[in-house]
Amino acid sequence: MGLMTVFILTGAVAIAAALGLLFARNAVYAVLFLVLNMFALAVLYLLLGAPFIAMVQIVVYAGAIMVLFLFVVMLLGAEELKEDGGPIGWQRPLALVLGVVLLAELAYFVFAASATKARLLPSPDGFGDPHAVGLTLFQKYLLPFEVTSVLLLVAMVGAIVLVRNGKRTADEPTGSDAD
Amino acid sequence: MDTALLLEWTIKALLLIVVLLTGFAYLTLMERKVLARIQVRIGPNRAGPYGLLQPVADGIKLLFKESIIPAKADKVIFVLAPLITVIPALIINAVLPWGRTVTIFGREVSLYVADINVGLLYVMAVASIAVYGVTLAGWSSNNKYALLGGLRAAAQMISYELALGLSLLGPVLLAGSLSLVDIVEAQRRMWFIVYQPLAAIVFFITSVAELNRAPFDLPEAEQELTAGYHTEYSGMKFALFYMAEYVKMITVSALFAVLFLGGYLGPFESQYPWLGPIYLFLKILLGLYVLIWLRATLPRFRYDQLMRLGWKVLFPLALFNVVVTAVLVVLLG
Repeated sequence: MGLMTVFILTGAVAIAAALGLLFARNAVYAVLFLVLNMFALAVLYLLLGAPFIAMVQIVVYAGAIMVLFLFVVMLLGAEELKEDGGPIGWQRPLALVLGVVLLAELAYFVFAASATKARLLPSPDGFGDPHAVGLTLFQKYLLPFEVTSVLLLVAMVGAIVLVRNGKRTADEPTGSDAD
Repeated sequence: MDTALLLEWTIKALLLIVVLLTGFAYLTLMERKVLARIQVRIGPNRAGPYGLLQPVADGIKLLFKESIIPAKADKVIFVLAPLITVIPALIINAVLPWGRTVTIFGREVSLYVADINVGLLYVMAVASIAVYGVTLAGWSSNNKYALLGGLRAAAQMISYELALGLSLLGPVLLAGSLSLVDIVEAQRRMWFIVYQPLAAIVFFITSVAELNRAPFDLPEAEQELTAGYHTEYSGMKFALFYMAEYVKMITVSALFAVLFLGGYLGPFESQYPWLGPIYLFLKILLGLYVLIWLRATLPRFRYDQLMRLGWKVLFPLALFNVVVTAVLVVLLG
């Protein structure tokens, strides 16, 4: 009963934050709404008995990625969002269509799943604690995990290469130490 | 749920907050006294014996100050920012163990608010959101010095968080658990600072940087940025930023004690569990003294030096430490 109340409240906060993100006219507010949304998701993970994922959700998304978003928005002074969407305004109708398609797919799978009356198995003991997550990740899913890490490394090296090329062309003639 | 248990948790949480806020008040006095001694001055000595009532006088003064909100500021975020700064500083202490279980009125009471099996990750999570308050304070003030301070805080905290997280992994690998109580109990034989000197050093330096304290106080560098992110703040809102900074100092010292100095462990602690909080308090006091000592001794880093130290020295060192520790744990069992 108590859990259900928390779930409904958290879900309402998550949806409200997502709507706030979409309709905020100020980019800083949009970022903050997204942070709130991620917190709500973390609480939902906690309700599902997965504390590890919940904490990682906050550390990685709310604590690192969104701070970078906020940093870039503030650094560029790009708070004011244009009413017509600026140069990417043409993406709006497309986004609407794709959103509706996604919603339809979700609805289909939810109803299809409830039609087959698939019983959810209760989660085993210690499900979602760091020990269990670590074992599953490094035994069952070792290859996908390693491939993902290499992919992230490549992306990181790529970002550095792009920045370095830009720097070389725009380097000051004095050749001050650019490390 | 058990009502008595709920009551116990509430009392413990309230007690912790009272202790932290009292600690904050007297830490300001301790800082001024220690700084004064280092600079061959006397320090506050007018309010009460040895200046002991100085924090009370400061608090009353701040309460009665006018609270100004700049006309062009973003009012909602301007008011929210001090709260976003203080709340993480307080709730991070929920997982810190002050001792084992003691018996009060025939009831077994554990001396920590919560012992969760992702304790250290919780610490990381709360620490990682603490930067929002400072950054938003800088942005919402609509003041160029404040904005620069906020941006510096964001860049600095992101840069040092990686090394901080990696330095936490050393004790976790040795203890085999993310729970802070397990980490303390794993140090019964020997404190982790002996096995993990490198992690201890990296943790200490990076946490000073996360605190935005000298020599890493670039976000509020007085000589360049007036007062940085809290330039426009006054009255109680200003006091909240100070509260957050000093409560975080206590938290960092406590974390250092828990991770590397054996937390509440000490001689005769196993017979008399009440000694636990006293040992932890003494270890926290030591950490606080070193933090103040650093402020009195070291000049501020330049911005490029700060970034170079974070990314080119501390981050590789922490990574190296994790690899060596992991290999040794596997080889030696």
